[in-house]
Amino acid sequence: MSAAGATRADELLRYVGSRLLTTVLIVVGAMLLLFALSAVVPGDPATTLLGPQATPELSRRFITEMGLDQPLPTRLWRFFANVATGNLGTDVISGRPVAGLIREVLPYTLLLTFCAIGLAVAIGVPLGIYASTHRGSVLDNVLAFVSVAFIAVPSFVIAIFLLLIFAIWLDWLPVLGASRTGTLPDELKRMILPTLALALGWIGFIARLVRASMLEVMGEPYIRTSRAYGLPEWLVTYKYALKNACIPTITILGMGVGRLLGGAVLVEIVFARPGLGRLIYGAISERNYPVVQGAVLVVVVLFVVVNLVVDLGYSAIDPRIRHDTPDGGAAG
Amino acid sequence: MRALAGALQVLRRVCATLTGTTGLVIVGIVLAAALFAPWVATADPDRLDVMNRFAAPSLAHWLGTDHLGRDLYSRLVHGASVAMSVALSAIAIALGLGTGLGIVAAYLPARLERFVLIVFDVISSFPSMVLALAIVAVFGPSTLIVVVIVAITLTPHFGRVARAQVLTLKSAPFLEAERILGASFPRIVFHHVLPNILGPLVILASMDIPVVITIEAGLSFLGLGVRPPLASWGTLIQDGYQFLSDSWVPVVVSSLALAFATLGFTLFGEALRDAVDPRIRRER
Repeated sequence: MSAAGATRADELLRYVGSRLLTTVLIVVGAMLLLFALSAVVPGDPATTLLGPQATPELSRRFITEMGLDQPLPTRLWRFFANVATGNLGTDVISGRPVAGLIREVLPYTLLLTFCAIGLAVAIGVPLGIYASTHRGSVLDNVLAFVSVAFIAVPSFVIAIFLLLIFAIWLDWLPVLGASRTGTLPDELKRMILPTLALALGWIGFIARLVRASMLEVMGEPYIRTSRAYGLPEWLVTYKYALKNACIPTITILGMGVGRLLGGAVLVEIVFARPGLGRLIYGAISERNYPVVQGAVLVVVVLFVVVNLVVDLGYSAIDPRIRHDTPDGGAAG
Repeated sequence: MRALAGALQVLRRVCATLTGTTGLVIVGIVLAAALFAPWVATADPDRLDVMNRFAAPSLAHWLGTDHLGRDLYSRLVHGASVAMSVALSAIAIALGLGTGLGIVAAYLPARLERFVLIVFDVISSFPSMVLALAIVAVFGPSTLIVVVIVAITLTPHFGRVARAQVLTLKSAPFLEAERILGASFPRIVFHHVLPNILGPLVILASMDIPVVITIEAGLSFLGLGVRPPLASWGTLIQDGYQFLSDSWVPVVVSSLALAFATLGFTLFGEALRDAVDPRIRRER
């Protein structure tokens, strides 16, 4: 018993270790890439990055601020050291620290992303369960088609249609995606369309996934056994089957956060809602590279941290995942 | 000849379901529009007619005109060529690169294989849209950059599948026999491994087409993708969106075209997967 326990703990430790290592590698890789991008810019970096607004005075300030007069290794070292201490550089136009700019808009993007995931789970999981327990019903068939449609259509197209229908034609909801008054009801009202635009595809996706894994789980011997014991069908479905059927959904959600963040960029722009997406987009139009660099790095870190948390959570629920690692052995 | 018969059989299976047929028809329409754009279009997509801005759909302009009086139908048809050339070239690069790396990884010593897998993990862990924004911020928008970014981010996708396929195939008796008979590594790879692993990779490629179309349209919608005079569906949607207060027709028409295409390719891809993968077919 104790020997088996020790191997399992070892295995978990090794799994967590390798996941942590990959996460660090990804973040370092992203930093190297972002640094390399600022270093390999064709031509004079100050003029290219600042674009048409590169007055000699601005270029000089930019060069000293970005440390572009230093040799490459020094710059690389400074970039890493700065990021480690939370200094993401300075906005070349307003002169404000990038970290501050990001901190201002980050809550908007996080709120939008997590509301969208929440909504997608709240609607998608019950739909999926219903479809799996009512196979071949009208709703099941409708869902099969509608979910593909929502998955396939890009979220910014859905955003535009929602905007057109509910904000312009019906005039039910405000056009702009963030509150100016700052009151909660107003803020919530302005959240509806962006959240829906981002969530619709995921509702279909999650419903399909839950349906498929429920159908798979429902065929397992332990479900047959539970039924044979005379357990009520709701208990079998919701307690025993759903628990296992949720595992693939959780992983997909982790992977989905990245795509949601990418989608959020576009949705924020359609609804003129503040957030990381709008910050990056605005900075690209102003050729404000330090802001792009900082914001992209934050998105990548967010993405990999969420993935890490999901993966570790997943391995806690389902020990099989750890055994799938190359040297995880065949234990269990 | 046998390959042709096999392909026909797969196509017949795709058509066996309503969704598969719908997908195939849409894919056919989009591909035809892309290939024969100059003949299918009714007008020069770039011809300005400022007197005729936001014209309603009519016989002369089937889908009306945009904010510069350009014929929307013709612009959408030419947009199909842009979308298809970006999607197909990016996927072709990713497929080639991914398959090559995947096969090599499967034959590498464990330590090097691990390294390749980690590189795959790192690349596929980047949110591709956001990565694209960072690269565009430096190099400026261009079609080539869109193709390269999408190709790189999709490569691990193909690489992983190719590697997994090779691993299951590697110890097959017929490959052992080939090796004992003295077949060279290239011969084994090109004559035996590649034809046997290509099926799932092609399905994956077809399922990635709508994803690529979406990324390209998204970047072009932001004005960071395809540059004028080329007009992507994303560009058309952006143009329409800018002038939403003048007319909703352009934005609706071009968004519908994009939605129609991505839906069609998704349906087709899924039908193709179900037609080829017997394991999934049995579960249905």
